[in-house]
Amino acid sequence: MNKRSWDKNIDSLFRVVGLAATLFGLIVLAVLIIDVFMDGAKRLGWDFFTSYPSRKPEQAGILSAWVGTVWIMITTALLAIPLGVGSGIYLEEYARRNRLTDFIEINIANLAGVPSVIYGILGLGLFVRLLHLERSVLAGGLILALLILPVVILATREALRSVPFSLREASYALGATQWQTIRHQVLPAGIGNILTGIILAMSRAIGETAPLITIGALTYIPFLPTNPLSFSGDFPYIHLTLQGFFDPFTVLPIQIFNWVSRPQKGFLVDAAAGIIVLLAITLLMNGAAIYLRYKNQKRW
Amino acid sequence: MIERLLFCCSLLSLLTTAGIIFVLVSESIGFFKEVSVIQFLTDTQWTPLFTNKHFGILPLLCGTLVTTVLAIGVAVPVGLVSAVYLSEYASEKIRRLVKPLLEILAAVPTVVYGYFALLFVTPLLKKFIPSLGGFNALSAGLVMGIMIIPLVSSLSEDAMHAVPLGLREGAYALGSHKIQVAFKIVFPAALSGITAAIILALSRAMGETMIVAIAAGQQPRLSLNPLVPIETITAYIVQISLGDTPHGTLEYQTIFVCGMTLFILTFVLNVISFRLKRRFQEIYE
Repeated sequence: MNKRSWDKNIDSLFRVVGLAATLFGLIVLAVLIIDVFMDGAKRLGWDFFTSYPSRKPEQAGILSAWVGTVWIMITTALLAIPLGVGSGIYLEEYARRNRLTDFIEINIANLAGVPSVIYGILGLGLFVRLLHLERSVLAGGLILALLILPVVILATREALRSVPFSLREASYALGATQWQTIRHQVLPAGIGNILTGIILAMSRAIGETAPLITIGALTYIPFLPTNPLSFSGDFPYIHLTLQGFFDPFTVLPIQIFNWVSRPQKGFLVDAAAGIIVLLAITLLMNGAAIYLRYKNQKRW
Repeated sequence: MIERLLFCCSLLSLLTTAGIIFVLVSESIGFFKEVSVIQFLTDTQWTPLFTNKHFGILPLLCGTLVTTVLAIGVAVPVGLVSAVYLSEYASEKIRRLVKPLLEILAAVPTVVYGYFALLFVTPLLKKFIPSLGGFNALSAGLVMGIMIIPLVSSLSEDAMHAVPLGLREGAYALGSHKIQVAFKIVFPAALSGITAAIILALSRAMGETMIVAIAAGQQPRLSLNPLVPIETITAYIVQISLGDTPHGTLEYQTIFVCGMTLFILTFVLNVISFRLKRRFQEIYE
C-alpha cells in the first residue's frame, strides 16, 4: 500500500472514530435515562407529588421537595436576574476600559470557575452565621443567585455585544439619551439571547445540590414554607408570603441525595422517580433555551 | 443615576470574591491556631471525627487527585477527538445539531450522575473487576469524565475554529490530507486554547462534589488504588455538613480549611487557563 492510499484510509477511519467519540456522551446519556426510567417510572403517580417524605419508601413523596425548589427558584430569579442583567448592561454599555473594569471582568470570569460547594461555604459563613438567616429559603436563594450571577452577566454581555452599533447610532441621532437607547433599542434587540442565558442559568440552579447541603438545608422536611405547623398543606401548595422566605426548606436534588444514601432498596426507587422529575425539568429548560437561541439567530 | 445603579450591580461580583476570601480566611485562622500548617500539609491521616484526631490534608488531596485524573483520562481523549471531528470533518448541519445536544450532558444535575455512577456503572464494572468496592473512585471518576466531555470538546473546538483558514489552505496546497492538516497544522496552532480547555476541565473535576460524595465513599486514604472507597475534599465537606457539627468547634472549622485548599487549587488552575486563552486570542484575533 502506498503512502497516499494509507493516508486516505486513515482519513476515513478518523471520520468513524470522530463520530463515535462525539456520540459517546450522548449514548451514555441515553443509557442513563433508560436506566432511571426502568428503576423509577413505576413510582411516578399523583401521590408521589402530593406526599411528604416518609420512613416508608412506598409512601414517600416529593411534595416538600418540589415546593421548596419552586420557592428557591423564585428567590434566586428575583435576585440574580436584575443584578446580573444590570451588571451586564453596565459592563457592556457604560464601562470605560480602565483598571477597575478590567479587574471586574477577570473577577467575573474567575467566579464562574469557583466550585459550587465553595459558594455553599460562603453562604454558611456569611448568610447563615453572620446575618443569622439560618437555614432559610432566603439564604439558599442568595447562594444560588451568587452562583449563577456570572453566567447571567456573561450571557447578557454577549447578547448586547451582538446588537449592531448602527442601531445605537440611529437612536442617538434621533436625540435619545444613552439610557433611552439601551432601554428602547438595545435591550429589546438582545432580549432573546439574554433570556436564553437566564433559562440556562436557572436550569443549573435547579440541579445544584452541594451548596445547599453545605448550609445545612435539611433532608427531612415534612412541611412547606409559610405553613410549618400544618402537616397537610393545601392545594396549590405555594402560598407566597414574606414569612415563607425565612422558613427552612428542602429541594428536589437534596431529597434525591437523601434517598440515594439510604440503605433500603425502596428508597432507591423513590430516588429514581425523583430523578425523572428533575431530569424532565432540566431537559425541558435546556430544550427551551436551544429553541430560543435557534429562533433568535438574527443576521444583522 | 442609572449608570451608578448599574455600576453597583457590577461591584457585587467583587464583593462575592471578597466575601469568599474573608469567610475562608477568618475561619481557617482559627483552625491553624490549633493545628500547625506543617502538620496539616504532612500528616498522612485525616480523622477529625475520631477520638484520635489527625488533620493531614494529604489523604483528601490524594482522593481528589485520583478521581480528577480518571475524569481527565476520559474527557480529554474523547473530547479532543470529538473536537477535531466537529471542527475539521463534520458538516455544518451535523455541527449545528450535535453541539447543543452535547451541552445537555453538562446540564444534567450532578446528583443524577452520582446515582448513575453508584447504581449503574459500579455494578457494571463489578462484572469485570470482582474486587471493586461498592463505593470506589473508578466509577465516580469515569462518570465525572463523561460530564466534562462537553467542556473539553466545545472549548477546544472553538480554539480550532479560530485558526485562520489560510493555514489550512497552505497545507492543502502542499498536498496534505485532511488528517495531516487536522493534526499537524490546526491542532498545534490551537494548542494554547486546547491546553486552556484541559486545565479548566481539571479545575472543574477537582471541584465536582455530588458524584464523588455519592459514589466514591467516605474513607480518606492515602492510596492511588481506584478500586477502593476514598474521600475527596469536596465529599468531606458534604459529609461534615450533613452531620450536626456545632459552630466554632475544630471539626466545624475543617469545612473552611478544606474549602480554602480547594479554592486555592481551582483558582490557580483557572488563572492559568484564563491567561492561556487570552494569549491564544491575541494571536489570532
